[in-house]
Amino acid sequence: MLRNSSTLLLSALLASTLLACSKSEAPHAAGDELVVKIGAAAPLTGPQAHIGKDNENGTRMAIEDANAKGVTIGGRRARFELLSEDDQTDPKTATIVAQKLVDAKVNGVIGHLNSGTSIPAARIYNDNGIAQISPSATAVAYTAQGYKTAFRVMANDGQQGRVLGEFAVKKLQAKSIAVIDDRTAYGQGVADEFIKAAQARGAQIVAHEYTTDKAVDFTAVLTSIKGKKPDLLFYGGMDPQGVPLVKQLKALGLNAKFMMGDGGYTPKLIELAGAAAEGMYASLPGVPLDQMPGGRDFAQRYEAKFKQPIQLYAPYCYDAVNVMIDAMQKAGSAESAKYLPELARISHDGVTAKITFDDKGDLKGGAITLYQVQQGKWHAIETVGGAPAAQH
Amino acid sequence: MEILLQQIINGLVQGSVYALVALGYTMVYGILGLINFAHGEVVMVGAMVALVVIKALLASALSPVLVLLLSLLAAVSVCMALGYGIERIAYRPLRHAPRLAPLITAIGVSIVLQTLAMIIWGREYHAFPQLLPNVAHSLGGAVINEVQIAIVLVAVLVMLALLLLVHRTRLGRAMRAVAENPAAAALMGVNINGVISTTFMLGSALAALAGIMVSANYGIVHYYMGFMLGLKAFTAAVLGGIGNLRGAMLGGVMLGLIESLGAGYSGELTGGVFGSNYQDVFAFIVLIAVLIFRPSGLLGERVAERA
Amino acid sequence: MNIREIMRPNKRNAWLAFAALALLLLVLPFATDALLGRGWVRIVDFALLYIMLALGLNIVVGYAGLLDLGYVAFFAVGAYTYALLSSPQFGLHLPFWIVLPIGALLACVFGALLGAPTLKLRGDYLAIVTLGFGEIIRIFLNNLNAPINITNGPQGISQIDAIRIAEFSFGRSHELFGLTLPSVHLYYYLFLALTLLVVFVSLRLQDSRIGRAWMAIREDEVAAAAMGINTRNIKLLAFAMGATFGGVAGGLFAGFQGFVSPESFSLMESIMILCMVVLGGMGNIGGVVLGGVLLVVLPEALRNGAGPAQQALFGNTLIDPESLRMLLFGVALIVVMLWRPAGLWPSSQRQRELEAQDGAAQQEQDTVYDASK
Repeated sequence: MLRNSSTLLLSALLASTLLACSKSEAPHAAGDELVVKIGAAAPLTGPQAHIGKDNENGTRMAIEDANAKGVTIGGRRARFELLSEDDQTDPKTATIVAQKLVDAKVNGVIGHLNSGTSIPAARIYNDNGIAQISPSATAVAYTAQGYKTAFRVMANDGQQGRVLGEFAVKKLQAKSIAVIDDRTAYGQGVADEFIKAAQARGAQIVAHEYTTDKAVDFTAVLTSIKGKKPDLLFYGGMDPQGVPLVKQLKALGLNAKFMMGDGGYTPKLIELAGAAAEGMYASLPGVPLDQMPGGRDFAQRYEAKFKQPIQLYAPYCYDAVNVMIDAMQKAGSAESAKYLPELARISHDGVTAKITFDDKGDLKGGAITLYQVQQGKWHAIETVGGAPAAQH
Repeated sequence: MEILLQQIINGLVQGSVYALVALGYTMVYGILGLINFAHGEVVMVGAMVALVVIKALLASALSPVLVLLLSLLAAVSVCMALGYGIERIAYRPLRHAPRLAPLITAIGVSIVLQTLAMIIWGREYHAFPQLLPNVAHSLGGAVINEVQIAIVLVAVLVMLALLLLVHRTRLGRAMRAVAENPAAAALMGVNINGVISTTFMLGSALAALAGIMVSANYGIVHYYMGFMLGLKAFTAAVLGGIGNLRGAMLGGVMLGLIESLGAGYSGELTGGVFGSNYQDVFAFIVLIAVLIFRPSGLLGERVAERA
Repeated sequence: MNIREIMRPNKRNAWLAFAALALLLLVLPFATDALLGRGWVRIVDFALLYIMLALGLNIVVGYAGLLDLGYVAFFAVGAYTYALLSSPQFGLHLPFWIVLPIGALLACVFGALLGAPTLKLRGDYLAIVTLGFGEIIRIFLNNLNAPINITNGPQGISQIDAIRIAEFSFGRSHELFGLTLPSVHLYYYLFLALTLLVVFVSLRLQDSRIGRAWMAIREDEVAAAAMGINTRNIKLLAFAMGATFGGVAGGLFAGFQGFVSPESFSLMESIMILCMVVLGGMGNIGGVVLGGVLLVVLPEALRNGAGPAQQALFGNTLIDPESLRMLLFGVALIVVMLWRPAGLWPSSQRQRELEAQDGAAQQEQDTVYDASK
């Protein structure tokens, strides 16, 4: 019986070995060319796949641009390679993927998309001394782990929630506010910070309701909120829920201003929600793309290349790659250990903002722009804080 | 009062959506004793196919009603073929296998359908166009629109039609016979495979219908939409007593009402400790409570214990 | 797989096989590291965790025949116990050998709690109630950050202490006997030791009075009760036992990962663990182990193999590798079940039953179409 079992186990192991990957070849190719491997990690399957693919596209574009432009690092011409992995929004898969990128000897990682995956993966990148720039993880905890390798080019929940709360009370004159959050790390994080900021400015939170990131029917919580007659409703969550939510809000005759964080700022939201989205607000860290040097150009090229508009975080991925390359050039090396100090004190003009990091790796004084849907388009109405953007 | 009425309407509509999907589950379960875990994905395919047809015909001069009917026709036929295929490939060979084997193939089918949909229709959300004017009516201060009225009506009509089918037709009698005792039914000349295939196709046609109704109501379609819906509908079917058509309707509506009233009022009743974030907890607690006292669901019969 | 059985027929060969297996398990992390890279060692670590989970669920589903779709809840209880008692969340940093038993005990209590109201339920009704139970636990973990912050809600708990025994931390690499043992290798040996313990306990249970009682209930509950088996206690014991294994695996997971959040404990996880048990071969320890290994390794192997294979076959990428991986995984589940309906490596007893009485299996399907009143 046991002999049977051991042979079976052996053959299973053998089979898995054969099935499995070929081991990655040496990182630096011969000749004078310096091969720089950039890892990327985002969910490419599952419900957030469309945003994950958008991240991958942004990263890919930056890498292709750099290759086309011709970058030299430490006197050698660099050729950048993208290694993209699917973390399935799953913390466990994220650590496997992180370890694989480490194995493949990547020079730096752009990712992950979510906080829940960026946090456990950060431990592995840190243990191996590899730089990680998340384009979109917003949980405060991500950079609070004390790792010198973790950075982000996106305002965190604290920064963004604060701006949104202040804006709601001061500019939109909201006195009684209702809040819905989707009980994800992102939604809950930004909603809690929003509440704190709004309350500090004297607004009253008349209702705090909840939903999930898989829901499509919000009529129950909206009806309950309608009874409280708020003049503003804030939703902490992403656009797939934002669409039916704003439609049902209008259908139920709830006359409150509607506001979301960066999860709502997508062209998709307007396309899907149509007239119901008119007048709603959303925020996005950074300066409006068309006000940044290269921003408008980036958007146009992205659309031409991928046959779809930017979904959400592609520009941040683009910036993250460029910040990393910038640091490599300054350090004259593509080794994380060498360029990490440069990364920590970088000052880079990206397409989303001027990027500098504080001592935790958070975006310093990140600008946050508030947008409103006007005539079926997102219009920037105010940019709060941030290093003064280069004027053009 | 007005709020309460609105919550009841919300629950009724949501519940009818669950019921429509639950009827499909129950049809298949009733005859085979098998949970068709892929049913939610068939709903999604129905919605997607309808969307494709509508998009193709939107530019044409056809009247919206006709476009809607054509899309329904297309969705129903594709789903029926799909249902037939699923039964043939994934379930029929396992009819005499251990009970859990078809459960695993069902999960496999569900993963395959979802991934195929992702490959074909992309990862993004699609808008489901509004073809007919969707007028909202006021009902004592509460609002209900025509799509929602249609959902409630369709769910009830479908249930009645199925009851008629099962009790008043030859096919229905054959179905009952197969459910009762497949071997005896075969001896009596019932074409077992034919009956089971027909049941699957019927269930899938219902799924297509449900997919269109759901998409029209929420206005969006996504390759992942079937999973949660399938799960909720399955819960509803069990709550009512799986295998029982009236039970599916009752379970669906009850689940919808529990969710909307639970989400709407629990926060106030518990001083904000258990708010709408515990919506699904209430639903499951009610389910567990019902099953403790009625182990076969609300309307389910006590299946005689096998000795 | 009885120890005595192994010893009897051909002692020498059995010992040789045993030694070969032991050697293989011993060098596995080094071989994997050298051949495939360190990422695969981590995958092997996860495979061991899932084997523990699958073996725990096997007690409930495989031995006692109770369909449990919420098993991941016990994994969650173990993981959160470790996370709360060994992280900055409450400033507690209790040692591993205290925390792990507490987690196992708590999971055991939760197992009994789940078992109690479901004693009368059968088949699919039991499935949906256990599914609900799993979701309830997850929802509580996701929301217990207010009014009092216990679990830190959806943000999860980070900076969990690495597993350490006395001064020996598994979170760092160590020099032992002239070998450098990275953290993932150390975890491998720890997980392997506990997996072997779980296998041993499962083996002993299978041949014990309790094990036979479970199987009697699985085959026919009424008859089992008639033979004087206290079905209530025995069923509760199955839930509690299975849950305990889950709790142990959960604690190890938290220490290994350093971060827990509710999204790790979704329904899909429960379904995957069930797939391992059924696909491998319900009720057979070897089969369950095989199922666990396959379902952890297969998706990862496809992740690496699917893209290049497609490239080689068609010359270009028709379907992106991630989609292809999921597609092939789904197809694999279907094909394996069609090919071997009782699992890849079914227990010999069940196989005999299957062959002997085809009719009995069919009888199992006979449900009353109760719209017929």
